[in-house]
Amino acid sequence: MTALTAAAAASRIQERFGVEAAVEGGLLSVPLPLERWQECARFAKDTLGCRYFNWLTAVDWKEQGLEVLARLDNLDARVAVTLRTRLAAGATRCPTLTGVFRGAGWMERECFDMFGVVFEGHPDLRRILLGDDWEGHPLRKDYAVDTPQAPYR
Amino acid sequence: MEVKPPIPQVPPAVWSDFKDLQEWEKYHQERTGNDRSSEALTSIADAIHHMPGGWIVTTGTDKIFNWARKSSIWPVTFGLACCAIEMMATFASRFDVERFGMVPWASPRHSDLMIVSGTVTIKMAPMLKRIYDQMPDPKWVVSMGSCANSGGPFRHGYHVVKGVDRVVPVDVYVPGCPPTPDSLMYGLLRLQEQVAHFSQTGTRPSPTEPA
Repeated sequence: MTALTAAAAASRIQERFGVEAAVEGGLLSVPLPLERWQECARFAKDTLGCRYFNWLTAVDWKEQGLEVLARLDNLDARVAVTLRTRLAAGATRCPTLTGVFRGAGWMERECFDMFGVVFEGHPDLRRILLGDDWEGHPLRKDYAVDTPQAPYR
Repeated sequence: MEVKPPIPQVPPAVWSDFKDLQEWEKYHQERTGNDRSSEALTSIADAIHHMPGGWIVTTGTDKIFNWARKSSIWPVTFGLACCAIEMMATFASRFDVERFGMVPWASPRHSDLMIVSGTVTIKMAPMLKRIYDQMPDPKWVVSMGSCANSGGPFRHGYHVVKGVDRVVPVDVYVPGCPPTPDSLMYGLLRLQEQVAHFSQTGTRPSPTEPA
């Protein structure tokens, strides 16, 4: 089996999902519709060999809504696929990747903790870094940093 | 068999009892009467004081007790962040605070001093308060480094307590990021000076100007 190249991976994603992946070196950036999020992660793991779940996070684009990103690496071929999906403005629900990668569990808990993205189907969606009684999600752009946190602030 | 009545316990104040943050902070900044004093020693000193001629003894006891206290301040080993590395260096052989009678001790129950060495996060603050509460009176706190003093570079973050004095009363603030072992030792010597002026009446010595 020949080693996977980034261009080949991009074309396979193109024919399967019909989205244009931006290629930069060995890094693919794949904008996805929300309903094909899980499917594409499964495709990347099983077909493209991206078996290393690197990270998952989110970006708050203010009134344009949240964007969830996950980076999956094929360490043998040195190809990395960054999956991106946009949630609608004000929406916080996103399908979980825990069925594909078990390691996504804590990443999604952290993303929920910091951005308030609710991952549907996650087995144990609790806060992971902040205390259980914390109010708000501090990495959202509309989170006021000086929110009183009695009695310590 | 005589059954002793239970000692009345004053429940600790909760946040909802207070109108606002300032009031709550004021409550925490104020030192209660027996915060600094040992009740057993106070009662012994009282008894001696009321004997005929006992006042001659009691005027001397403060000095003796304070000499004993300041010569064996045991800090609890409580490292929070990078300042803890400097604290460990201070405890180790090169700087050697053991010559001041300070033995880093791994139990708050036996300790007199808590060196808050590092960033206090909001999640950590209740644990810090708990360790402080577990220490027997009289007890002292040294706030080490910018983070513990005021929040430091993380002051405008969402997760950091803006100064450990919002959680526990602090005796000596050591500035620096992190303070060198020399700075910390200077702070510990300042603390010894404070302890030497500690009075049996429970009043806190007024802060002295640096020499």
